Amino acid sequence: MTADPRTRDLPGPALRAEALESLLVERQLIDPKVVDGLINRYAHDVGPLNGAKVVAKAWTDPEYKARLLADGTAAIAELGFSGPQGEHIVIVENDTDLHNVVVCTLCSCYPWPVLGLPPAWYKDPAYRARIVREPRTLLAEMGLTLDESVKIQVWDSSSEVRYFVLPQRPPGTEGLSEEELAALVTRDAMVGVAEVAAP
Amino acid sequence: MSVVEGDELPVHLDVAGAAAPPRLNGELVFTEPWESRVFGVTMALHQSGAFVWDEFKDQLIAAIGGWEAAHPDGQDYRYYRCWLDALQHLLADRRIVTTGDLDHRLDAFAQRPADHDHDHDHDHDR
Repeated sequence: MTADPRTRDLPGPALRAEALESLLVERQLIDPKVVDGLINRYAHDVGPLNGAKVVAKAWTDPEYKARLLADGTAAIAELGFSGPQGEHIVIVENDTDLHNVVVCTLCSCYPWPVLGLPPAWYKDPAYRARIVREPRTLLAEMGLTLDESVKIQVWDSSSEVRYFVLPQRPPGTEGLSEEELAALVTRDAMVGVAEVAAP
Repeated sequence: MSVVEGDELPVHLDVAGAAAPPRLNGELVFTEPWESRVFGVTMALHQSGAFVWDEFKDQLIAAIGGWEAAHPDGQDYRYYRCWLDALQHLLADRRIVTTGDLDHRLDAFAQRPADHDHDHDHDHDR
């Protein structure tokens, strides 16, 4: 590869990328609008994919879900996800009567293997204090208004345990594949500050 | 999770391993505009059925491996440079855009007036 004449002394990558795109557009092999849309979707809508795959598999495979609830770390490792901050992952499942939300009041413990690094708000002192003191109000401020009948359970991650929320599968998604479902699952839903919306 | 050919959804992107794109907090990271363009072009071609994902992935792994072999110190690694090389090779191998086509277009670009409004970053030697 290193001696490949096609990669030697080439113009800068920006120019090459532009040249390739212009040729492909001219030949009607791609539509620039489609390219724009794909860039936007991947850059902004694709959440932590590892966790999303775990959730989608749990929604579609009852036996996997049982294993996930019994031993989160092991079931997550089945999909190839493991590593630092993932040694003791406990899955907490949302249902119509119970909503789970995760915090680390002491620092910012977070299940890296499934969610990546935590977002800024998760580490913010205000979130860490208020989600314990007034979860319903704070969740509403963050865009999740829960019915008064829904109990909110706040899970404080410790130095050992990392909690991971299994959100409710949205109604009307019975016909979707595991891949399609995974694309719906957001990071915020797996922390418990959002629900998964139907497409 | 398997690759779904022609699937419009983003989940066939690898999230781990040598060919995984850079991510920050789970989101893709582009450091320059052309990187997002070449990413989007690749996805659009794949979506249209121009190639199956594994063909591209094999090219990408080869491009990354080639870069690593040529740069044992690992300095100045640029993931999307390898991605661009991989796409270029795939399109050339499939005779979709040959090396000659591309050179011809680059020559035409070189004839453009110096003040031509394009997003070329003048980064000729990275």
